[in-house]
Formats: sequence, C-alpha cells, structure tokens
Amino acid sequence: MLNRYPLWKYVIIAAIVVPGFLYALPNLFGEDPGVQVAGTRTVTVDTATLERMENALSAEGMSWTTASLELGNARLRFKDTDTQLKARDVLQRELGDNYTVALTLLPSTPGWLGSLGAAPMYLGLDLRGGVHFLMQVDTAAALKRAEERYEADLRSTLREERVRYLTVKRVPDRGIEIKLRDAAERDNGRTVIERELPALALDEFERDGKPYLMATIRQQELEQIKKFALEQNMTALRNRVDELGVAEPVVQQQGDQRIVVQLPGVQDTAEAKRILGRVATLEILMVDEEHDLQSAISQSPPPGSKLFRYRRGGQILLKDRVVYSGDNIVDAAAGFDSRTGGPVVHITLDSRGATINQRITGENIGKRMAVVYIELKSEVKRDAQGNPVLDDQGEVVRTTRRIEEVITAPVIRDQLGKRFQIEGLDDVNEARDLSLLLRAGALAAPIQIIEERTVGPSLGKDNIEQGMRSVIIGFVLVLVFMVVYYRMFGAVACVALSLNLVLIVAALSLFQATLTLPGVAGIVLTVGMAVDANVLIFERIREELRNGNSPQASIHVGYDKAFGTILDANVTTLIAALVLLGIGSGPVKGFAVTLSIGIATSMFTAIWVTRGIVNLMYGGRRLKELTI
Amino acid sequence: MQIIKQDTNIDFLGKRRIMAILSIVLVVVGLVSLFVRGLNFGIEFTGGTLVEVEYDQPVSIADTRATLVAAEFGDAVVQYFGTSRDIAIRLPVREDADSAQISSEVLSALRAPDNEVLVEGAGGRVQRCSRDGSVVDCRVQMRRIEFIGPQFGKELAEDGGLALLAALFMILLYVAFRFEWKFAIGAVVALAHDVLIALGVFSLLQLEFNQSVLAALLAVIGYSLNDTIVVFDRIRENFRKMRKGSTFEIMNKSINQTLRRTLLTSLTTLLVLLALFFLGGEVIHGFATALIIGVLVGTYSSIFVASPVVLGLGISRDDMMPVKKEGVDQESLLP
Repeated sequence: MLNRYPLWKYVIIAAIVVPGFLYALPNLFGEDPGVQVAGTRTVTVDTATLERMENALSAEGMSWTTASLELGNARLRFKDTDTQLKARDVLQRELGDNYTVALTLLPSTPGWLGSLGAAPMYLGLDLRGGVHFLMQVDTAAALKRAEERYEADLRSTLREERVRYLTVKRVPDRGIEIKLRDAAERDNGRTVIERELPALALDEFERDGKPYLMATIRQQELEQIKKFALEQNMTALRNRVDELGVAEPVVQQQGDQRIVVQLPGVQDTAEAKRILGRVATLEILMVDEEHDLQSAISQSPPPGSKLFRYRRGGQILLKDRVVYSGDNIVDAAAGFDSRTGGPVVHITLDSRGATINQRITGENIGKRMAVVYIELKSEVKRDAQGNPVLDDQGEVVRTTRRIEEVITAPVIRDQLGKRFQIEGLDDVNEARDLSLLLRAGALAAPIQIIEERTVGPSLGKDNIEQGMRSVIIGFVLVLVFMVVYYRMFGAVACVALSLNLVLIVAALSLFQATLTLPGVAGIVLTVGMAVDANVLIFERIREELRNGNSPQASIHVGYDKAFGTILDANVTTLIAALVLLGIGSGPVKGFAVTLSIGIATSMFTAIWVTRGIVNLMYGGRRLKELTI
Repeated sequence: MQIIKQDTNIDFLGKRRIMAILSIVLVVVGLVSLFVRGLNFGIEFTGGTLVEVEYDQPVSIADTRATLVAAEFGDAVVQYFGTSRDIAIRLPVREDADSAQISSEVLSALRAPDNEVLVEGAGGRVQRCSRDGSVVDCRVQMRRIEFIGPQFGKELAEDGGLALLAALFMILLYVAFRFEWKFAIGAVVALAHDVLIALGVFSLLQLEFNQSVLAALLAVIGYSLNDTIVVFDRIRENFRKMRKGSTFEIMNKSINQTLRRTLLTSLTTLLVLLALFFLGGEVIHGFATALIIGVLVGTYSSIFVASPVVLGLGISRDDMMPVKKEGVDQESLLP
C-alpha cells in the first residue's frame, strides 16, 4: 500500500494555506502613530480640507509620511508620537470646533495587501485601552410617557367630539380607564376613539353599574415606542461621541433595549459619561422675516430676535419666543408623500401642541417656522496653557454652554393641526436624519449605564505582552514535547500546529472579529488541544505497527481510524464553544470566538495538512520502519 | 520515546467502587461547601465597582483607605494586587441611580491629595495630570475600571447558569445521537461531576468566581467530553471487533488502549495552561486556575466515572451493533 494524495488535494490545501498566510501577514507590519480628522454635523472632509491640513503642518515645518482620505475621514501618518501629538494640536487650532481631530494608530499594511482586503486583527479594548459602556434605555419610562400622553389625548378628543365622559384615569400597568355616563355614550366614545386614536385597543366592562372603557396601547404601537426610544438614543449618542475626538468610536444596538458604546483610547471616563449623559431638547420658534439677515449679522439682531446657526452651515434670524417645545411632539417618522412620492417627515403633536399649532399656523401661512435642537454642553474651564482651572476647594471649574442649532425651517403652507408633514427634503437619508432629530425631544427615554469596562493604556499594553508571551511559551513547550516524543512525526505535527496559529490569525483578521484577552487565552488553549488530533493519529499508527502491520498500512489505517474519533471529539467541543458564543457576553464571547475558529482550523491542519506532508515524505516508497 | 509502556493492562473498572466513593466524597464536600460558604462571586455577578490603579511609588493601604473614607467611600475594600504600588478598590452596589459615576468619583478622590486633575482626553500611553500649574504624568494611573449594575449582574449570572445547562443538554443530545443513550448519560454524569468538583474547589478556597471562570468551566465541559468521547469511541469499536470477552473486559481494554492518548493530551493542555497561569496576568489567572482543575478532574473522570456509569447502566454488545455500516456517511471526508 502506498500513501499518495492526488494532486487536487494538495491544490485544496494550498488554496487554504496560501491565502491564510496572506491575510495573517498584515499583523506583522505594526502600526504608525497617526491623526484622523472627521467632520462633525456641519462640515465634511474633502480634498480641500486635506490640503488645508497639509499647508498648516508645512507652515509649522512638520512632516508626515502619508496623507489620505478614507470613508470621509482624513488620515495622516507620522514617524513618531511626538510629531503626532504636536500635529494634533496644530490641526485642531487650524480646523476649529467643527472637526474632530483624534489621535489614532494606523496599520502600516502595504498597499498591495490592503487592496486584497487584508488588515490586521481588530484588538479589543482590553488590549488597546479605552472605555466600554453598555447603556440601557429605560423603555418603561418611555411607555409611561406615552400612556400619559394618550390620557391627555383621550380627554381632549372626547371633549372635542362631545362624548360625555365622567373620568379618564391612567391605571399603572393596566391602561387608561374611561368612565362614561351611560351605555349609549360608551358606544359613541368607542367609535370616536377607534377613529381618532387607532393605536389604542378598547375593552368594555362595568363597575358599580357604570359603563367603562379600558384603553390599552396596542402591541404594535408599544413595539414602535420602544424602537423609537432606542433609535433616538442611538442618534443622540452618535452625535455626542463625535465630540469626544475618538478615532473609531462604536455605537451599536445590542438586544432591543441596549446600546454598546466603545471609545478606544479614551481615559477620562468621567468626561465621557458627562458628555454621553447629556439631555437634548427641541424648541419651535418663528422665523423673523421682517428684518434683514445680513444687517443682523453685520450689526446686531433687532430686539426680540436672535441669530441662530444652521446645522448644515449658515445662519438664520429667529423670533426669540418659544412657540412650543419638543415635549409636544409625539412622533416623527420618515416616509413618502402620498401625492408627489418625495421624501417627507410625518409629525404628530400631542393635544396641547396641536392647539397651539393650529392657531400659530393659521395666522402665519406663507411664513417659516424653525425647529431648534438644544443641548447643554458642560466643559472644563482651561487657562491659556490648556490646564484646568481649579476653584478654592480644589474642584475643577466647569462652564456650561448652550448649543443651539436650527435643524430645519420649513415654510407653512396651510393651517396645520395634530398631524402634518415637512416636505422639500433632498432624499430619504435626510428625512430619516431629520425624523430622528425631531424625536430627540419627544421620546427621550432616560438612559443608564449598566456596565462599564475601562482599561488604561498601561494595562492594555501589559495584556498584549503577557498574552503574547503565554502564547509563545505554551506553543514552544508543546512543540518541544511533540518533537521529543514523536520525532519525525512530531515535527510534522509542529508544522501543522504553526500553520494552525497562522490560520487562526488569518481568520480573525479576515472577519475582523475582535481579539480580546480571553480570546488570546482561547488561542493558547487551542494550541494545547489541537495536538490532540495528532496524538490520536500517531498513537493509532504506533498501535498498528505493534500489531505487525507494514509502515504504509499503519499510516493509512492510523489516519483512517482516528478520523471518526477526532470528528466526534471536536464536534462536542464545538457545541460547548457555540453555546458560549450564543449565550455568553463580553469577555466570554471573545474566548468562544477564538476557540471555535481554533477547533475548525485545527481539524484541517492536524488531519489533512499532516497527512499531506506525511504522504509527501513517505508516500511513494517502500519503508522498513517509521520514526514515530 | 515512550513515557507509558506499550501495553498497559490496568484493571480500571475493577477499582470502580473505590473510585466511586472517592468521587462521591469529592462532589459531596464540594456541594456542602457550595451550600455553606457559597461562591465568592466577582462584581460581574453581584454588581458593584472595581477600580485598579498604579501609584508611582509604594503606598500603604491604610492611607488609601483614609483618603477614600474622607471622600465618603467608607464601604470601599482596598487591597494590593501584584506589587505595593498596585491598588485594587472594590465597592458594593449603591441604591442611588448614579452608581455608574462611583468609579470616576473614586479616581478623582485618589488624585485629590496631590492636587492632580486628569488632562489628557484621548490617546497617549500615560495619563497626564495638571499639578500646581504644570502638566505631568499622573501619580495615580488608572489601570482598570469595571462597573456592573446590580440588575445586569443578576442577568449575567442567570445567563451563565443557563449556558452551562444548555451546553450539557446539547452534548447529551449529540452523544445520544452519535452513540447510544447509555453513553450519553455516562458522559453527562462525568461532566456534571467535573463541573461540581471545580465549583467546589472555587468555593472551598473562596477563589473569585467571575465570567472568565464561567467560560473556563464551559471549556472544561468541552475538554472533558473530548476525553470521554475518545474512550467511548474505542469501546464501540472494540465491541464490534472483539467477538469474545465480556463487556467488562472489553471496556477495560478500551480504557487501557486510549490511556496514553488521554494522558498525553492532558499533558500538552496542562503545559499551555501553566504558561497562562504563570504568565497570562491577573485577568487570566482565575480562568487558568479553573481550567487546570478541570483538566485534571476531567482526565480522571473520563477513566473512572464515564465508563463505570455506562457499565452500571448495563451496556451490552447488542446496543452497539450498527444498523448500517458505521462511517458510510463519513467516507467523503476521510483524509
């Protein structure tokens, strides 16, 4: 019997191994200190910005290695961290508040590798330092507010429709109870509510001889309220994260009421919490059309009016009197106009807002109304050197700044009431952005940090070093053992084991799965367990040799018989790993990811790759004995 | 090279009664400890705040505590970890809504005696503070902050328990499907045995039980099962191959045949685990500890627990005769 692999099997092995090396390669190149510039709400980064940045740095006599535009961000590389830090300050001064200038590490992957989509592994915050928050949206509060709104709406609707009710009362956890004069009024009320407030489900009951209706918010509407509360918070968090000057912030939904915020490199967690926890509100004001904008800018705004900044740049003059506030907005949803098909935002007001809206719009047809987005920004007061100013008690002095931005200022076409729409939007994205911003005041469900994991930069560095060291030492120990114990076959197993490491790194790089410290532990464990397959095979081969079989037959039977066992053993381990992946959270997940990948790649290397090598070495000839 | 001689013929199953007593004693001691002392849950499961800092020179725990007490953190537990420059501060959950702020307040309280205020926002390798009008490296460097809200902690604990049970159940199904229900029960009894003993050790020694340890326990399940499956596989094979010999003899023979592999794999796994234990750093320490215990107990159980249970359930050759030729569906996968 001769052990030979057909050519196609080698081709398949090569087809996995060669890309494996290619995709693992970027991890060898390290990272350069860099600066990333991103535009905030009002500005975008383009080639002109890049040029401006380069000129500013040249003027200071500073040099950079590369400058590029990627995904709307400008990225500059520097040869050392000193230049990087100085460049950050120069650029921040040059570009001003509208841009975020963040320190970052840019992978120095060569261009040809980058064009293949190869990139280094994505390191978790426990390896590179930074802040991780898990925030919980208080949907119960959002639901309570919705019920309170419906309670008010029910009263005003019934009153307007002249339904004679006795009381409307919210019963926590049950719904809104409506007590009516008689059964006829109840039928009447039912018809009215079903027409005007279709989101409510109605049940009839009697108590003490009086007819009642119990109104509850329909499941679909409940889901919608929860969804909006989450989306609105995500939008607000994204806006605020931009201010922190982080190169690669993550704001991501997790489950149906949680948001993950990750801020690599951030160390001042107190400041991060303050910025993320800010409250936004909306105010609706009338546009001052009697006075000239230009003269208001050049001289001073006329009494009773005030200049505001537009979110997308430019200024606008508004009458300094709040018509109604974002609290009165019940809902804002992006959609399409039923007639023109153009993108619009549908807005629904509560009853108070509707009454005001009706009056104001009736009086002001043809004029413009502006929606202003307001956030209170608290900042540490700094002296000329950029150091924080302390008060007598040694506490940091903070100043609060009110940030006001006009997000839209549409013309009033008609007398409006409870429901209306904003038209003339550029595209669906604009409609979506606008609706999310409009909801900011409306459905602001409180948000709470339920988990914080912050790792300082020194621990991050230690974690990488310790992780690397344990991988290498563990790896070397196993290699030495295998070579001593199985000699030539052990050496083959070592090749497979090394290849296994390469493939794990390649898979992590390719999928850009996050590598965490428990993930590194998973890799170490895989190294220890991956040789198991080879131990099984080699022990089988020895056994066959002892039973008097020829070397070639022993190799064949050894691999053959061990295969089923290896498969069973690995599938069961994979089950445990997948359960971890599905149910586990945070650190556990990182471990499960590398363990699962490791099991898959080790099957390949320990069985097919070693067999391929063994066949090449021993396959085509007669053997008297094996060094095993 | 051979560490264990070629053909061992140890009567493992003959010692099953003694070993059963040993296992039961270990499990019972573990269970008693679990009920009496409980587990020393980390803040991931109880909720709370952990702040780890590194000072630029050695500090006394008493001083740090005094600073914290002055800042109204009287409930803080202060400990060294590593050197006398490294301080870990643990705080229980507070009822007020702002418990997420505690970590930040603790840090600024620790910096207050030196008049230090953090200045560097993002980036950089060292935290910079302003002190008396100039910017210097902070005396107190934040290493790690962990805060878990009480509700979330409870949820993590529940999810963790659920994960353990789900893993056990799914493995039971797989083994029952691939082998036979008697083997499945044997495997799961062995796994439960391993997990209980590992939990017992963590309870007895009051080692911190956190999410990493939980992950390690699940890995132990995977690992120990791996060992058990290899033995079972050989038992199945021998039942079909060896026409003579009692069930008892065949099983004993199978354990002996796989003994070297069992021990060798445990050895290589232990090698890397020791590397993790000594070099992996404090975050990985508990994880490595749990796995080392698990691998030792798992190796023992695959020999002395899993097979005796299967034997006790009355396995016979008839249970093992294939309906169709085993391995037909694997033919295309063969190397």
